[in-house]
Amino acid sequence: MNRLSDAAVAKIEGICERYKDEKTPLMMILSDIQNEYGYIPLEVQELVSKKTGISVAEIYGVVTFYSFFSLTPKGKYVIGCCLGTACYVKGAQQVIDKFSEILEIKPGETSKDGLFTLDALRCIGACGIAPAVTINGKVYPKMTPSQVAEVVKNYKEKEAATA
Amino acid sequence: MINSIDKLNENIAACTKCLDDKLAGNDGKRHIVLCGGTGCLSSNSKEITEKFIELLEAKGVADKATVNQVGCFGFCSQGPFVKIYPEDTLYRLVQIDDVEEIIDKDIINGEVVERLLYVEPSTGEKVSKQEDINFYKKQHRVALHGCGVINPEDINEALGMGAFQGLKRALGMDRQAVIDEVLASGIRGRGGAGFPSGRKWQFAYNVESDEKYVVCNGDEGDPGAFMDRSILEGNPLAVIEGMVIAGYAIGAQNGYFYVRAEYPIAVNRLKIAIKQAEELGLLGDNILGTDFSFRCHLRLGAGAFVCGEETALLNSIEGKRGMPRPRPPFPAVKGLWGKPTIINNVETLACIPYILREGAEKFASVGTEKSKGTKVFALGGKVNNVGLVEVPMGTTLRELIYDIGGGIPNGKKFKAIQTGGPSGGCLTEEFLDEPIDFDNLVAKGSMMGSGGAIVMDEDNCMVDVAKFYMEFICDESCGKCSPCRIGTKRMLEILTKITEGTGTMEDLDALDELAKTVKANSLCALGQTAANPINSTLAHFRDEYIAHIVDKKCPAHVCKNLMEYHIDPEKCIGCGLCAKNCPASCITRTDYIAPGHKLASFEINAAECVKCGSCMSACRVHAISKQ
Repeated sequence: MNRLSDAAVAKIEGICERYKDEKTPLMMILSDIQNEYGYIPLEVQELVSKKTGISVAEIYGVVTFYSFFSLTPKGKYVIGCCLGTACYVKGAQQVIDKFSEILEIKPGETSKDGLFTLDALRCIGACGIAPAVTINGKVYPKMTPSQVAEVVKNYKEKEAATA
Repeated sequence: MINSIDKLNENIAACTKCLDDKLAGNDGKRHIVLCGGTGCLSSNSKEITEKFIELLEAKGVADKATVNQVGCFGFCSQGPFVKIYPEDTLYRLVQIDDVEEIIDKDIINGEVVERLLYVEPSTGEKVSKQEDINFYKKQHRVALHGCGVINPEDINEALGMGAFQGLKRALGMDRQAVIDEVLASGIRGRGGAGFPSGRKWQFAYNVESDEKYVVCNGDEGDPGAFMDRSILEGNPLAVIEGMVIAGYAIGAQNGYFYVRAEYPIAVNRLKIAIKQAEELGLLGDNILGTDFSFRCHLRLGAGAFVCGEETALLNSIEGKRGMPRPRPPFPAVKGLWGKPTIINNVETLACIPYILREGAEKFASVGTEKSKGTKVFALGGKVNNVGLVEVPMGTTLRELIYDIGGGIPNGKKFKAIQTGGPSGGCLTEEFLDEPIDFDNLVAKGSMMGSGGAIVMDEDNCMVDVAKFYMEFICDESCGKCSPCRIGTKRMLEILTKITEGTGTMEDLDALDELAKTVKANSLCALGQTAANPINSTLAHFRDEYIAHIVDKKCPAHVCKNLMEYHIDPEKCIGCGLCAKNCPASCITRTDYIAPGHKLASFEINAAECVKCGSCMSACRVHAISKQ
C-alpha cells in the first residue's frame, strides 16, 4: 500500500477541518476528496477516520455504497454514457456498447493505458438531446454508434500531440 | 438590507418596475435572453451568449441591447433558444454563426430573421411569438413561474417576478393559519407519492421540539425526469422561499437542500441564490424584522437512486449509507438527527409561494377534484417536442402527447407512454383520453409519479423496456431487504432469458409470483414498486412476451438474439458499402442482379452476423431491414 505524501496528508486534513462545525460531515468530506483526487483509497479513509473519529469500517461502508465514490483511480478522460430512459429508447445502449467494443473495456472499467474510464450514467436530465454522452463534463448531444470511433480517435490524437 | 416589510415593499416595487420596463422595452433597449438550461448549454448556449456580447461590442451597438442567460424554456428539442424583448420574438435552433444575422437584422434594423422562427408542423406556418406556439398554448405555469423569463442568478429579477411576497404574507399570519392555507389549497406532494403536503406540515407542527428541520428533496433520480432540475436552474429563489415558509409554519430554523451531484448547474445557481438572499437579509436572523430566523444549507447526493426515498435521504445527510428506515416513526415525528422533519419535493416547495401569494383558492381553481393545481412533466422519448411542460391536473394523455408534444416523429405509430419512472407503468393507446392526476393513473395501472413521461413507438420492445427498468432497480436496490435485493435479481435473470429467446411460459408465472413477494416484503417504495414495469407490460403486452417465448421473435426487432438483418436483393444496388462497413466480414456478393441494376446484390451470412447494425446505417438505398 502506498504511503501518502505530506502534501496529500495536509490537503486531506484541511478538507476534514473545513467541515469540523458540521454535525455529520462525512459525505461532504468524501465528496471533496473524490473531486480533488478522483478516488478514495483505503489509506485516505484511515486518515479521515483519524481526523473525524468515525471508524474506518463505517467510512468504507459509505464509500462503497455511493456510485460517485471510487476506490480506484479513474482514467484521464471519463466517458459517461447516459442510460436514462429517454436516451435508452433512442439507442443509448448501442452507443455504450460501441465505446465498450472500441476501448475494449466494460462499463465501470478503465483502459489499460489509464486514458479512458467508461461509465454508465443514470439520467443526466438532458433528454432533449438524447442519447447524450459526457466526456469530462463536455456534452456530446444526439450520439450515434457510428460517431463513437471518431470521438475516441480525437481524444487519442489530442493525447499523442501533447505527449 | 431588507429588514422590514416596508423595505421589502419598496424593493419589490422598484424591481417590478425595472423588470416590467425591461420586458416592455420602456428603457428604450432591446433585451436578448438565452436559454441557460442543461440541454441548451450543452448545445453551445453559453458560447452563443458570449458571441452576442462580443459582436454587440464590436458593432458599436452594445448600448442598444442587453444579453442575459435565463432558466430553461422547456422546449428542449428546439434549443438553443434566443428570445428578444419587447417584441417577444423567439428564435430556435440558433447556432453561433446565426448571431451576426440576428444582430444585423433584428437588433439594428428591427427585422425578424424568418429562417430562425419555429415552424408549426401541423400548419407549416412560421410563428414568431412564444405564446402562439402550440407547445406552450395549453400550458399553465405555477411551479415554473419565472423560469425562462428571469435571470436566475439575479435576486432583483426574482423580486420583480413576485418573489418573497408569499413569505411576506405568511409572516403576517399565525403559523397554524399558514398550514390551513396550504391544506385548503389541496396541494399534494409532487415527488410521486401524492401525500397532502399540508397534513405533513401539520404533523410536524403538532410535535413539541427544541429543533425542527425542513428538507427539500432534490434527489431527482427517475431516469428521463428533469422537472426539479429545471426549476432549480430557472428560479431557485421560489424553492428557497417555499422552504422558508415551510420553516415558519412548522417552527423550524434550518432547512437542508439535498440535490443530486449530477446537476452541477442547479447546484451552482442554488448556492448563488442562497448567498444573495443572505446578503439581503431574506435568510438569516430576524427575517423582515420579525423574531423568525431561518438558514438554508446545501447537501449533495453521491449517485444513489434510493436516496430519493425520504428516510434514506435523511441517512445520507447524516453521513451514513443511504438505506431507508422503517416507518413509523415518520420523519415528521422523528426525522433528521432524530428531530421532527418535513421533507418536500422541489416542485412542491416551488408551488408554496404561489399559494401564499395568490391564495389557496386560486391554486385550487385548477385541477381535478382530488388533485389540485398543475403538474410539471418531462416529456421525452419518441415524441416531436421533447421538453418540460406544466399543465393543469386533469389534462389528458392525448393532449400531452399530441397537442403539446406534437405527436410521434417519422410517421411511426404510438405504442405506449411510460409514466412514473421505474416505479410506474406503461399505458397504451386505449388510455390516451384518460385525465392525468394522482389517483386516476394509479387506477389505470401506472402512476403519475414525479413527472417523467417517456413516449415509445412501434420500434420499442416492451420486454426490453421492462428489462431496462429491472436492471436499473436491481442495480439501485440498497440491499437492506432480501426480497428486494434477491427478488429483483431473479426477475432480471428471467427477463434476460426471455429477451435472449430461452424463456418458457412457466417463467411468466414465476415473474408474477416474484413480483408479489417483492412488493409485499420490502421496506421502502423502491422495492414495493419494483415490479410495476413488469406488471404493466405483462398486462398490456402479454402477446409480446409470448412472441419472445413461443415464436422466438422480437416483434419490434430490438432483442438481438431474436432478430436478423436482411438485404432485399431487389433493392440492393451492389455498391458494397455494407460489406465494407461490416466488422464481422459476413456480407458477400451473390450472383443475382436485380432487374434494372448493374451490379450483383449482397447477402448477409446470418450465422456469423454480430448484429451491430453498421450495414443498415451504411446503406444509402434502404435495402437492409430487420426481421
